[in-house]
Amino acid sequence: MHEPVTISCTVNGRHYTRAVEPRRLLSDFIRHDLGLTGTHVGCEHGVCGACTVLLEGDAVRSCLMLAVQADGLSLMTIEGVASPDGTLHPLQAAFREQHGLQCGFCTPGFIMSILQFLGENPAPTDAEIREALSGNLCRCTGYVQIIAAVRQAAAAKAGAPGVG
Amino acid sequence: MKPPPFSYHAPITVAEAIDLLGRYDGDAKVVAGGQSLLPLLNFRLSRPAALVDINRIPGLDYIRADGGMLEIGAVTRHRAVERSAVVAAHCPLLAEAVRHIGHFQIRNRGTIGGSIAHADPAAELPIVLTALEGEVVITGPGGVRTATASEFFITLFTTSLGSDELVTAVRFPTLGPGTGSAFQELARRSGDFALVAVAAALALDEAGAVRWVRLALGGVDLVPVRAAGAEEFLAGKRPDAATLAEAAALVAGEINPESDLHATAEYRRQLAAVLTGEALETAARRAAEGGECGHA
Repeated sequence: MHEPVTISCTVNGRHYTRAVEPRRLLSDFIRHDLGLTGTHVGCEHGVCGACTVLLEGDAVRSCLMLAVQADGLSLMTIEGVASPDGTLHPLQAAFREQHGLQCGFCTPGFIMSILQFLGENPAPTDAEIREALSGNLCRCTGYVQIIAAVRQAAAAKAGAPGVG
Repeated sequence: MKPPPFSYHAPITVAEAIDLLGRYDGDAKVVAGGQSLLPLLNFRLSRPAALVDINRIPGLDYIRADGGMLEIGAVTRHRAVERSAVVAAHCPLLAEAVRHIGHFQIRNRGTIGGSIAHADPAAELPIVLTALEGEVVITGPGGVRTATASEFFITLFTTSLGSDELVTAVRFPTLGPGTGSAFQELARRSGDFALVAVAAALALDEAGAVRWVRLALGGVDLVPVRAAGAEEFLAGKRPDAATLAEAAALVAGEINPESDLHATAEYRRQLAAVLTGEALETAARRAAEGGECGHA
């Protein structure tokens, strides 16, 4: 039973079938088996939030799930956030306009977390934004511009339709 | 940091899961949400021969209240408990405590049964189970049994769960009219495990005196503990500020915290007193305002 298991899942609307070892982390499956390297791997123990993806609409740490556990389920990664023509999602545009990123390593995880958060709470207070961001670490920005980006995206009513 | 190799099983019945656990004779780990187990695997602190994944077993994800008891299926996610109107109405202490678990991304995935079975002494749910005198529902080859918190939590990360048994549900008693409860914790950073956490539940009589009180603390011993001395002191007394302060001081004296990287024993003692005082004050106020049962 250490042998590869065949799994199928939908990622960003596209169907994939792959054979994976049971110990394959979902994060490594997304990056290495599917080639979707926008999902980043930081701490690999659930602290930094860089690997956050949406699983059936819920933000989860992909380093704390096995690929075999995603069999039959639907995922969304950072590659599925912008429009197919490349137009940025309003949340991504807000990050750019508010300088909510510098090196960008943590950004995909922040975006995926905030997509769920704004989908559920389209008009958050600053305290709610700070609490929602607490599960993602950024070592560059000092968070102030990220909070501003979430505020702008909320004001633009981003995240509410079509998320989750 | 990748998990070591293991065999993987995803049974679709409880009986099949128990059979698998029995066949591995202690060398298999149950995985549900995986929010505690996957870090242990990634760090290779745990090297089980097999994982038994219970996420595909139907009927373990439910929240229901009847007969004065709130019962929650083992695979129910923390996030579902946090959002549940049934939990808010029948067990507000649980609703309050569950918000302190990790971050929302962790609560999306982590499960009630997993948190109880993992038995971290600073985790919120074991403390609530201890305070409310709830019970763990355990299914094994011989059928179903239940265990109270003191029967279940043996020591650090260790429970009385047999190697061929599975936690299938957790039960929390509904407190009823004239009662109040509160949960307080302090962690260094949002989402961290608590340095100290306190759950308080109490009932007031018609004269406003304490009919009974239960105080449970986490982060101060190898398992969640009750503060029996303070409970006894408070019984029959009116919960005024001076009395609650005295009870809080008693708690600091009757616990046995240890110093570690995160806090000294002295600091934990002081924190336990402060958090106990706050939890008692809030619980007493809520009880005086009419109690908990039925306000959805």
